[in-house]
Amino acid sequence: MDFTLDKKHEMARTLFKEFAENEAKPLAQETDETEVFPRQTVEKMAKAGFLGIPVPKEYGGQGCDPLTYVMCVEELSKVCGTTGVIVSAHTSLCIDPILTYGTEEQKQKYIPKLASGEYLGAFALTEPGAGTDAQGAQTRAIKQEDGSWLVNGSKCFITNGKEANVYIVIAVTDVQVDPKGRKKKRFSAFIVEKGTPGFSFGTKEKKMGIRGSSTYELIFEDMMLPADALLGAEGKGFPIAMHTLDGGRIGIAAQALGIAEGALDRCIEYTKERKQFGRSIAQQQNTQFKIADMYTRIEAAKFLVYAAAKAKETQKVYSVEAAKAKLFAAETAMAVTTEVVQLFGGYGDIRAYDVERMMRDAKITEIYEGTSEVQRMVISGALLK
Amino acid sequence: MKIVVCIKQVPDTAGGVQFNPDGTLNRAAMLAIMNPDDKAGLEAALRLKDQYGAEVTVLTMGLPKADDILREAFAMGADKAVLVTDRVLGGADTWATSSTIAAALKNLEYDLIITGRQAIDGDTAQVGPQIAEHLKLPVISYAADIKIDGDSVIVKRQYEDRYHMLKAKMPCLITALSELNEPRYMTPGGIFDAYDEKEVTVWGRPDLKELDDANMGLAGSPTKIAKASDKVRKGAGEKVVLDTPEESVSYIMGKLTEKHVI
Repeated sequence: MDFTLDKKHEMARTLFKEFAENEAKPLAQETDETEVFPRQTVEKMAKAGFLGIPVPKEYGGQGCDPLTYVMCVEELSKVCGTTGVIVSAHTSLCIDPILTYGTEEQKQKYIPKLASGEYLGAFALTEPGAGTDAQGAQTRAIKQEDGSWLVNGSKCFITNGKEANVYIVIAVTDVQVDPKGRKKKRFSAFIVEKGTPGFSFGTKEKKMGIRGSSTYELIFEDMMLPADALLGAEGKGFPIAMHTLDGGRIGIAAQALGIAEGALDRCIEYTKERKQFGRSIAQQQNTQFKIADMYTRIEAAKFLVYAAAKAKETQKVYSVEAAKAKLFAAETAMAVTTEVVQLFGGYGDIRAYDVERMMRDAKITEIYEGTSEVQRMVISGALLK
Repeated sequence: MKIVVCIKQVPDTAGGVQFNPDGTLNRAAMLAIMNPDDKAGLEAALRLKDQYGAEVTVLTMGLPKADDILREAFAMGADKAVLVTDRVLGGADTWATSSTIAAALKNLEYDLIITGRQAIDGDTAQVGPQIAEHLKLPVISYAADIKIDGDSVIVKRQYEDRYHMLKAKMPCLITALSELNEPRYMTPGGIFDAYDEKEVTVWGRPDLKELDDANMGLAGSPTKIAKASDKVRKGAGEKVVLDTPEESVSYIMGKLTEKHVI
């Protein structure tokens, strides 16, 4: 595979880097400290077209490829993990399923507003009792005689929670009993707008990392949805969610890659300045070997992440490519940020030095949109079938 | 309305400055960006386009790699781009540059020409006004605000301690300050279009019919470079408090003589 970037991708990277340095970096520490959603940065990203990068132009998007989108999340995450995940959840988890499964009416209604950033998107699958085990889901949507849906239940840990305008909500619409008498839930996907009667927000989660990203509980109490809120075919909610998460994992892999790269950048700056025993710690062989190992691992992660982006562009199914990219990039982010904090010594523990934030931001990449263990299940499942 | 914005690719001062043995800049060896004042000029043109509707053409003279800043201008919203490039045009000083660009402008239609005040590599601030002189156009320098009023422009010309409000009939030339505005970001889709859909028009010496051989390239440049250097940071200066005006004048005259200024 050839990953020499052509001129337009190089220029796009320059743009994302410049934006990240000018707009996201100065706010990263404050966003983390205050846990306030960086609304201003999101508005600037909307103006610059960052909220509709892989969306076709006919729906008001930028008409770029998944690799360009991945590079955007990567560059933002180098300086601020929160900003990276806002773009990732919006694009991969909300825009992508509407583009893939939506009717023409649904696309016309939502995509231009999402791509321009007038609307922010979110995705709601996880429930208090249903994380990796989606069968534990309790949120029910019951079809009414006129075709509308009555929804009751709640979702948790929803990224862009209260800030979003449009949510993809996965709910149980049917329970079937298999020949052995076991109950199996069937799901459907819905497009839900903020402000729908019966839709409210619960707890705002206080998190270890990505603290500005507005993670909320969503509550549905006798929420009525019109028939045309159904996304894709009835009963196909689970495959829709899984396919959406395949794309989402590429975004999170890019976020993890960016966090690791950002930490290594800070590490190189710091170890060249920090003097111990009469010379910079970058002149100590221990530091040199660690930097070499971290860089090599990051580059390997980058190949997997970019390959997954290419697979999304050219293949219908890219579950394994997405799973291995996310698995490796997330574990790289965790390993690299931990090592960088160690190389910073006592300063690594001090908030003003950024890297402890990066370490906290890295952890969730091993957990959300499928834990590392789920990624291993996906990869081995494909190999052992 | 047709606006032509003259832009220049300059070394990124963050990447360090390198010189050729003859004292001219070794542009090929340096990281290159769009000159900041020119970018502000482009942004001003794009805002006029947004507000009044206009066709914005960017024009540059430089090495073939100056194509990069034209693509950047496309990605910001420019409609057309012209690259003037030819070996015989190399090594031009401000006179040869302004003569060449004026000749290129004679091939184009325009109501308004916008240039940056000055480039961060040469810092002369001469090319914009010289172009206006070649084309016999009114020039307004140091624009901090530009408005269109019928067939005229109203420009706020910013000086260090005051500003002037000036009105000029179009066609005219305006030189822009980087303080004029905050240039917009490129858009990702604009970048894709810049490379996939848009064409840069490339002109060489034969395309510049109105250019005299005597006014181009190194040979056509009256400037002789005695010495070139990277920007030198100014010191704090010397503060002298003397008792009488006569003593002060005498001290200053002495210093000026000592430094061979007079």
